[in-house]
Amino acid sequence: MLAYEQLDFAGDCVMNYARPDGMEDALNLLADRSWVVLAGGTDFYPAQGDRPLTQPIMDISALEQLRGIREDDEYWHIGGLTTWADIAASALPPAFDALKLAAREVGSVQIQNAGTVAGNLCNASPAADGVPPLLVVDAEVELRSASGVRTLPLSEFITGNRKTARRRDELLVSVRAPKASCAGQSHFLKLGSRRYLVISIAMAAVRLQATDAATVASSGIAAGACSEVATRLPALEADIAGAALDASLPGRIGPVHFKDLSPINDIRGTADYRLEAVEELVRRAIGCCVEKL
Amino acid sequence: MSRGLIDLDFTVNGKAVSLKAPPAERLSEVLRNRLGLKGTKVGCDAGDCGACSVRIDGILTCACMVAAAQTGGRNVTTVEALAENGQLSRLQDAFLEFGAAQCGICTPGMLVSAATLLEQSPAPSREEVEDALSGVLCRCTGYRKIVDAVMHAAEPRSTAETPSAGDAIGAPIRRLDGEPKVTGRDVFAADDAPDGALVVRVIRSPHHHAGFTFGDLEAFVAETPGIVGVLTAKDIPGENRFGVIPPFADQPAFAEDACRFRGEAAAAIVGDAEVMTGLDLSTFPIEWHERPALLTPNAAQKEDAARLHEGRDNNILIKGRVARGDIAQGFADADAVAEGQFETPFVEHAYIEPEAGFARRVGDRIEIHACTQAPHMDREAMAVVLGLAGDQVRIVPTACGGGFGSKLDISLQPYVALAAWKFGRPVRITYTRPESMMSTTKRHPSEITCRVGAASDGRITAFELRGTFNTGAYASWGPTVANRVPVHGSGPYFIPNYEAEATAVHTNCAPSGAFRGFGVPQGAIAQEAVFDDVADRLGIDPLEFRLRNVLTNGQPTVTGQVFEKSVGIGACLEALRPHWSRAGKEAEEYNAANGSGWRAGIGIASCWYGCGNTSLPNPSTIKVGITPDGGVRLHQGAADIGQGANTVITQICADALGVPVHDIEILSADTDITPDCGKTSASRQTFVTGKAAMLAGYDLKRRILRHANVSEHASFSIGGSTLSVDDADATRTIDLRQLPVDPDGYVFVALETYDPPTRPLDENGQGIPYAVFGYGAQIVELRVDMALGKVHLVKITAAHDVGRAINPVLVEGQIEGGCAQGIGMALMEEYVPGRTENLHDYLIPTFGDVPEIQSLIVEVEDEHGPFGAKGLGEHVLIPTAPAILNAIRHATGARIRRLPATPDRVRQAIREAQGTNV
Repeated sequence: MLAYEQLDFAGDCVMNYARPDGMEDALNLLADRSWVVLAGGTDFYPAQGDRPLTQPIMDISALEQLRGIREDDEYWHIGGLTTWADIAASALPPAFDALKLAAREVGSVQIQNAGTVAGNLCNASPAADGVPPLLVVDAEVELRSASGVRTLPLSEFITGNRKTARRRDELLVSVRAPKASCAGQSHFLKLGSRRYLVISIAMAAVRLQATDAATVASSGIAAGACSEVATRLPALEADIAGAALDASLPGRIGPVHFKDLSPINDIRGTADYRLEAVEELVRRAIGCCVEKL
Repeated sequence: MSRGLIDLDFTVNGKAVSLKAPPAERLSEVLRNRLGLKGTKVGCDAGDCGACSVRIDGILTCACMVAAAQTGGRNVTTVEALAENGQLSRLQDAFLEFGAAQCGICTPGMLVSAATLLEQSPAPSREEVEDALSGVLCRCTGYRKIVDAVMHAAEPRSTAETPSAGDAIGAPIRRLDGEPKVTGRDVFAADDAPDGALVVRVIRSPHHHAGFTFGDLEAFVAETPGIVGVLTAKDIPGENRFGVIPPFADQPAFAEDACRFRGEAAAAIVGDAEVMTGLDLSTFPIEWHERPALLTPNAAQKEDAARLHEGRDNNILIKGRVARGDIAQGFADADAVAEGQFETPFVEHAYIEPEAGFARRVGDRIEIHACTQAPHMDREAMAVVLGLAGDQVRIVPTACGGGFGSKLDISLQPYVALAAWKFGRPVRITYTRPESMMSTTKRHPSEITCRVGAASDGRITAFELRGTFNTGAYASWGPTVANRVPVHGSGPYFIPNYEAEATAVHTNCAPSGAFRGFGVPQGAIAQEAVFDDVADRLGIDPLEFRLRNVLTNGQPTVTGQVFEKSVGIGACLEALRPHWSRAGKEAEEYNAANGSGWRAGIGIASCWYGCGNTSLPNPSTIKVGITPDGGVRLHQGAADIGQGANTVITQICADALGVPVHDIEILSADTDITPDCGKTSASRQTFVTGKAAMLAGYDLKRRILRHANVSEHASFSIGGSTLSVDDADATRTIDLRQLPVDPDGYVFVALETYDPPTRPLDENGQGIPYAVFGYGAQIVELRVDMALGKVHLVKITAAHDVGRAINPVLVEGQIEGGCAQGIGMALMEEYVPGRTENLHDYLIPTFGDVPEIQSLIVEVEDEHGPFGAKGLGEHVLIPTAPAILNAIRHATGARIRRLPATPDRVRQAIREAQGTNV
């Protein structure tokens, strides 16, 4: 545990910074009081601006055990501190190609080297690049606290713009995806007003699994930056189930499949445009998956 | 303050360091402030600009987002590690060779990113370089030369060109001030302050318009340890008023009872550095009373609108007008007419260096060290605010990390100067990125209506342009914009019947000021669009239409000025002709081969731009002298903001004087040392200061030859303290140590002033506004993703008449950088006060947004310019946006009328053009 005792000074602010190197220490401290959790720093520091640091900070970057990708019989596990660069360089199966493509679009190389999966999810931006590709593999998040572990579907974890179901005593230690949902091919498309370093106007992640008869066995399709929380498109997934996996597939997509989205008008694009664009992005991403299958 | 410090041990550039720091302090602050490694720059503190890129255990990261404690035990590498034993790495050398560093503020981040890439991939492709460096923003270069430098960094070192006496002009020599820019040693505004300097921070209005009342300021100072004092309008010894055009000066250093725009200063707090860094500004005792705000010229001109300034009725700051011929008759004679309404937003300069600097009191004088484009104007303005005589103020410009017009105006200077004056200690400030964006000037938003009529043979019979410009809360350069727009509104064309009017209207927005082109780019967007439309109606090719109307020698401009030589627009358009037909053919082939999903298009637009002040005196003075030990010293007072004045002015002076350019020692701008070279704006430094440098060089040579009593055709050379003169029949030597020395230490010295000949404009705008215009035209090739409205640029071909290219590499650098800013203006940049005050909501082009740029340097010699040279800096931005918009129309049929052409707007315009809008 680095720097923790050294900060034990008199006054009402007993510890304003801790960098535990053991999980148990971290969770005990979290149980104790409210902390702002710092990992890669890529959301923490921009949000801080020039204001002084006053809240207690728990720096979890020394919890090396939370970094890395592994598999067991049932799941792929991505540790919470896995960086976007780690993901881009990983040997995850093609169902994660969407995630790997998204990893290369998160901010800049510098941000991909520092920013973590857990940070992207806990920051809960409607335009978080990591969310749609994880939704399409039915990802779940593992939340750990001194009192135990619980697992939530990602779709239930992020509850709103900058809102999550994480309790203040919990850490998002890992993201896991059931292997049954990690079959097939995937693709991710992000639309922005410039080539690099851009916040999405809209994005789409698609995973398609084929039957032997070249029809859609199962799919995961998600839209990002078009609602408060990125979301799957179940009506579309249902409509293409069993459809022929050929060039006609993208043609089955229509505005009706996007009617539950609620994009906003802002500086990056109008709501109407976002709806139109995300439909096109989904169509193209499906086309790319069909080509790969 | 030891509260909450930790012991930190890590390695920096191979050396172990131990220090104490707050655990969550940004690594960038640790490196800069605790270790003195100022090569790591801070541009945004938010990971948006990459200027602070360093490596930690070899991994590239932004130091502004790393907690100090996270570096414990690790290896940090910064730009300072690149050179070994004083020898530049080949990568650094390549940056100089290819002209990859202009202002230099992004250069450390670029170099560290590039070094990381080169370790893995020694001979990278263009795409690999763009991917690897894409996290760093550059506002000067347009990125192309940076990519070139990195791609060639594996090749053997080339020898830098060192032209001999008389051969400097036209030589693509490396920047003379380049080396510190690639080693991280250049001293930018935030990089230097005396030890123990106090820090000042400014309290700014959070509202577009608000009154305010202070609480108990004395109690605040007394109760906050480490605070030295507070400054408000009451502390100003002189006049609480500044402005770049003295008759219009209207901006207070501190608002007196109400702030007229969001970000305007109401007070400032001065204190010890550590306390100020940790100070929560929201604890300052001030109460804001928000008032209704006028945010558009439309709202501000309503009859019942409140007035921002006494005496400026309807909130109109000024109107400019140029009229010639009879437009009613001209339109009656037209066979085809095209018209349109166009709208452009605020555009932010977005230099990567936020404003910064320090001031110190030296006896009864004040010294201000800050980034600036206009040292002598700063001196005059600060003398007024401080109530001092001009010679009591010394302005020492630091290296300037980009300006583009905004650093012509006063920003931080009053705060550091007032604090240093009042408290008698050095005081420094560094603006935060949001502070820089909300409080400094912007490009004027415009609403322009224009109409053009042409006869069936393609000749323009009449043109009319009316523009309203949102000039913000204070005058700044609003009058210049209002004057320049009507003078330039025609573009470089012969138009017999012309009327143009520009109105600058105050609003409760940040002041609009100077930004590369002073309103001319906004006008060109409208003018070049309707030209294309009328050509289309007449069935004439856009290039052909422009050539039929191009201004030629001997024809009057819209202000009635006639140039007998030097009009270069025809030559620029002719230079583009083969490129235009090639591009047209390729677009046609692309469209034939591809379906309707992607469409290719090409567009063209021209520019002209008058160099220097409009019909106002505009002198520059250059001093050059020779020391007894044979040194040649050039007092070069033109602020080099990255464009290359230090190099170009020296090249000119070297050839006039007849010495090798690398033998000249440059004394850069400092109001105590260099005579007034005016401001770095209006594309005037190469022309005006360059001319003064040429005259000074000639005069110094004349003095030397006269002293030697030889003819004016003789030449001389200097070897140490021996000056040798070669005339037709004899060689003489002069021992410089034997000559009398003047108070500046010179044995020979020349001082020359040049002021371009202009004449005032009458009530119809007729007269001689500028002695010199520069000209240019650009072709844009692009493709549009029809379903998404995304524009993909393929190539820009830019022909620019510079009269004489003093340094071709620097000319290309200006062209590429100007194109990049034009791309931003066309496709992505929109500043919204209160909404886009950072570099992730305000987008500027990245590595992937600037296509191949082919520069065609055209040299139509000017009669006034030094060795025929014309200005270039602003011209280069003007044609890009209109050429892009014309190319979008060519590709899609959609005419974009509101900038920027973001995907949603392009898509909407395509729907309208296709008649599918419901």
